[in-house]
Amino acid sequence: MRELDSHTSNPNRPPLAPIPHELRRTDVDARAAKRAERQVAAMFGMSAVMAILFMVSFALVDPKLRIGLPVIGTTYLLNVLMGVTFGLSIFLIGAGAIHWAKKLMPDSEVVEERHELATSDEEKVLLSETFNAGVQESGIGQLPLVRRSLLGALALFPIPAIFMLRDLGPGPGDTKFNTMWTEGTRLVRDVTYEPIKADEIPIGTLINAVPEGLEELEHETGNLNARAKAVIIVIRISPDEIVSQQGGTPDEPWDYNGVLAYSKVCTHVGCPISLYEQRTHHLLCPCHQSTYDMADSGRVIFGPASRRMPQLAITVDSEGYLIARGDFAEPIGPSFWEVRK
Amino acid sequence: MKFPSIKRRHPVAAFFVMLAALGVTTAIYAAFDSPQVQAAVTSDAQIAAGKALFAEGCASCHGLNAEGTTDGPSLIGVGAAAVDFQVSSGRMPMATQSIQAPRKAPVYDEAEIAALAAYVASLAPGPSIPTADMVDYSDADVALGGELFRANCAQCHNFAGQGGALTQGKYAPELHSATALQIYEAMITGPQNMPVFSDETLSVEQKQAVIAYIMEMRNADNPGGLDLGKFGPVTEGLFAWTGGLGLLIAAAIWIGVKAK
Amino acid sequence: MSAVKGVLNWADARTGAGKPLRIAMNKVFPDHWSFMLGEIALYSFIILLLSGTYLTLFFVPSSTEVIYNGSYIPLKGVKMTEAYASALDISFDVRGGLLMRQIHHWAALFFIAAMMIHLLRIFFTGAFRKPREVNWLIGLVLLVLGIVEGFAGYSLPDDLLSGTGIRITEGIILATPVLGTWMSSLVFGGEFPGVDFIPRLYTIHILLIPGLILALITAHMLLVVLHKHTQFPGIGRTNKNVVGFPLMPVYIAKAGGFFFIVFGITVFISGLITINPIWLFGPYVPNAVTAGSQPDFYMGFLDGAVRIMPGWESTIFGYTLSWNLIVPAMILPGIVLGVVGSYPWLEAWASGDKREHHLLDRPRNAPTRTALGVAFMGFYGILWMSAGNDLMAIAFGLSINSITQISRVLVFVLPVLLFFITKRIALSLQRRDRDKLLHGIETGQIIRLPHGEFIELHAPISEEEKAVILSKVDIQPLPKPELVDANGVRRKGAWKLIAQAKVSNFFYGDNIPKPTLAEIEAAEAHMKHGLEHDSVHTETSALPSSTNH
Repeated sequence: MRELDSHTSNPNRPPLAPIPHELRRTDVDARAAKRAERQVAAMFGMSAVMAILFMVSFALVDPKLRIGLPVIGTTYLLNVLMGVTFGLSIFLIGAGAIHWAKKLMPDSEVVEERHELATSDEEKVLLSETFNAGVQESGIGQLPLVRRSLLGALALFPIPAIFMLRDLGPGPGDTKFNTMWTEGTRLVRDVTYEPIKADEIPIGTLINAVPEGLEELEHETGNLNARAKAVIIVIRISPDEIVSQQGGTPDEPWDYNGVLAYSKVCTHVGCPISLYEQRTHHLLCPCHQSTYDMADSGRVIFGPASRRMPQLAITVDSEGYLIARGDFAEPIGPSFWEVRK
Repeated sequence: MKFPSIKRRHPVAAFFVMLAALGVTTAIYAAFDSPQVQAAVTSDAQIAAGKALFAEGCASCHGLNAEGTTDGPSLIGVGAAAVDFQVSSGRMPMATQSIQAPRKAPVYDEAEIAALAAYVASLAPGPSIPTADMVDYSDADVALGGELFRANCAQCHNFAGQGGALTQGKYAPELHSATALQIYEAMITGPQNMPVFSDETLSVEQKQAVIAYIMEMRNADNPGGLDLGKFGPVTEGLFAWTGGLGLLIAAAIWIGVKAK
Repeated sequence: MSAVKGVLNWADARTGAGKPLRIAMNKVFPDHWSFMLGEIALYSFIILLLSGTYLTLFFVPSSTEVIYNGSYIPLKGVKMTEAYASALDISFDVRGGLLMRQIHHWAALFFIAAMMIHLLRIFFTGAFRKPREVNWLIGLVLLVLGIVEGFAGYSLPDDLLSGTGIRITEGIILATPVLGTWMSSLVFGGEFPGVDFIPRLYTIHILLIPGLILALITAHMLLVVLHKHTQFPGIGRTNKNVVGFPLMPVYIAKAGGFFFIVFGITVFISGLITINPIWLFGPYVPNAVTAGSQPDFYMGFLDGAVRIMPGWESTIFGYTLSWNLIVPAMILPGIVLGVVGSYPWLEAWASGDKREHHLLDRPRNAPTRTALGVAFMGFYGILWMSAGNDLMAIAFGLSINSITQISRVLVFVLPVLLFFITKRIALSLQRRDRDKLLHGIETGQIIRLPHGEFIELHAPISEEEKAVILSKVDIQPLPKPELVDANGVRRKGAWKLIAQAKVSNFFYGDNIPKPTLAEIEAAEAHMKHGLEHDSVHTETSALPSSTNH
């Protein structure tokens, strides 16, 4: 039995703490100590085996091979093998080390004294003397011109760095106030870009739509900026259920026989919304639950949004396809400082 | 009734049927779908059987002549597809009046459902049950289906078809219990609060693509292991705090406990 | 062996590190599982650096559009950004790539969760008190940086959830009074989403924030070494010492081993449990969204606050102030950080205590602090839950509208309730501690006294428990200040003193004083006499705060 706890074996150890200490099985039973030793070695050994298994599976297992596992379902065998072998290989090193520490290393606690962190008073005096002498020697107190010009320089030199951030992007301009929609732009279905025949739309319909020509524009510009503003939803409500709309006259209504077009961009923080309930005519945003009544000018009836959902005035062209009467009358998307200007 | 089904792609046909439908119906719940009106072969006997079943099981809410009551909407003009969807998915008849009919085991057998559908379809034209060809998605474009699904369906039914919440306790159900036929029927009839995606809005091929994508999701492997329900970061966070941090803290406790 | 010696001598001659190294080897670490929570965070961060470096070898931070042609069939032929395509390639076409992605993401969740729970441990045990106030602050900044870093990582793959998160961020930036539109335009290099944001975010994610975190972790650990570890009370553990195991060899094995344990468990989990299956979300397009759009858990409280905030906006000279975002996304986090960050100074101001504290408080012995902490957890918890209101509605068949309405009330009511309940429980536990000291513990042995009375025998508590209970520090609330000086003139700044006394009374007005030594000795003497319990009864029940029996 090793006398690990006797102080003589390590004279430099901190002193033992004056607290009761119970001997472990491994301290009193040589066989238990031997067993613990074997356990630790087994963990380290298994770790090495796992690392080898990892390499073997990486080299041999087809990455597309599937395996059905209980609870998990069908998954990729290689991913599981890699995770399990690599994970265990790492874990067992730690487990072995800790088992070693707990069973075989000394387990009587030692004590370390704390010392006041604060500097002694004499030292503080020395410090302030040194500092003051330095200040004196620099002459900063007697050279106001140097002092002030230095302060001025220090205050100004970081500002160029801020200037350099200016070209991160252009100014906002009026981009927040217009979209791709113009008078006569056809509404086309999202994804497939097919124009929409007004008379083919049954009541209760929801169509996710974009302006015609969006695909080409995106190809040209290489970004999705136009899409982010121009997406709309087209719905059809029985005309007698429409309570109000955001504009239009009896001669030039903003709807077409109950077909309404609204922006798809939430006026709260801009999630595209099309959780449209065709019976209640409510539109719900899945991000923060703002709810709009599409039969009543898209007004907000619940949730954190404040502004109503902007309506797009539509009509049909000579071939019966839906077209816009112009751009939105109010800014789409999230509110901003100038939104009501 | 053969004329419209042969030329159902013809825009004029659609226009006529639309007009006819508008004239007939006053229904709120109506889902007008122009072209495939009454394609299935029905007989007077089947309609009569359906009427009898209807009087017994449906009329208390939907009215003796399917004209609707305060407890249930009119079914005039909803078409056979709506009946087949609602009854075959067990949503109708409802067990209790609630904000939304949940899916459950169907109450009627196939023949009874066909009879009910035939009876309701005989009241006024409406979307008929899609044919086996129409719901055959074996050649469909899965990737296109995915794009259509994300643009049109994911906002309510979640990215993997696991369902999601609507307002006031309503919900969009998960999609993985539905058959291809039921998914198709749901799209053309707009059951409950689901909007209608008629064959003009989403063509037959596009619907097949959507169905193919849903089936792909349903049968998909879990490349990364246990999928935690496919609900996104919420269940991942739950696992991180319980299983993950739990294991790590258990290890910390093991380190801190004195050996015996 | 001599080669090693040679190298060490070489290094020592150039650094003089020999003595500090010997001292470090004898550094004492107290043993307690809750002292390992910060280590989980530290090790997770190392795992993040390792796995993140691997991911940078394959990830392409670019918004350039490509047509996907990798091996994930359901997205073949779909237009997407290079960022998303490369994240898919990592998942499906790099062997071990998916495992690494999952390791990186799980480790990120563990990193932040461990920091949070570490912060709670520090708070409830009072380990932030002098001299550790600055380290508390560093820790808080680390948590904030970790959250920002995590959010940046979540946003990089440019999947549908990433993009939705960025979209929401843009909405919040836009709500900034006066500067919103300009800030958004600069951040995105023009309009949302643009093509500049992902590469910019990438630099922030892999360079700027990790660098800051690394620097602050270094400072955090240096201060830990300087201050030495705190310890829980017990026999032989005082404010002037640290009792535990030396670094060499025990804590080299334990703390070093724990790194492998944390790493191993993270890898193991990553091999078996999916996280962030970006292939299911699809590429980000500004026209699509999914039900259940949630951020990772650490952003949950902000998202929840944004969800339950009513839709208030107001205009001033025609300009719009979006309170629906300014309050939950700017003012709220500002207040939370301000209060949490300044808490050590607030408490020190209330107690007037200038002593160093190295012996940890038991939460019950600081009832107001503990109650404030639990109240804050309730507040945070309601906001956090609110971010999952849609999933709760589905899981429990509830109305999302009702959940939101209830949360709007609970977020104010629950913390107040929790405060009072927690404080009462803490004070009751203090009473019980006092009782244990004075009456021992009930043994269950009932005896009958000669005059017929039945009493239960009480046994004294163990020395260890006694030491723990006696570690309590009774803090008296500051006395009411003298408002006038000797000449009868009202003192300047008297209101400050009044406020301080009031806050002090709020913190320390309720306290069950620890029994005096004389009381304990008297009680122990009685307990030794066993049968004379009736006299103990009468004596102690005269004490003001001794209850029960």
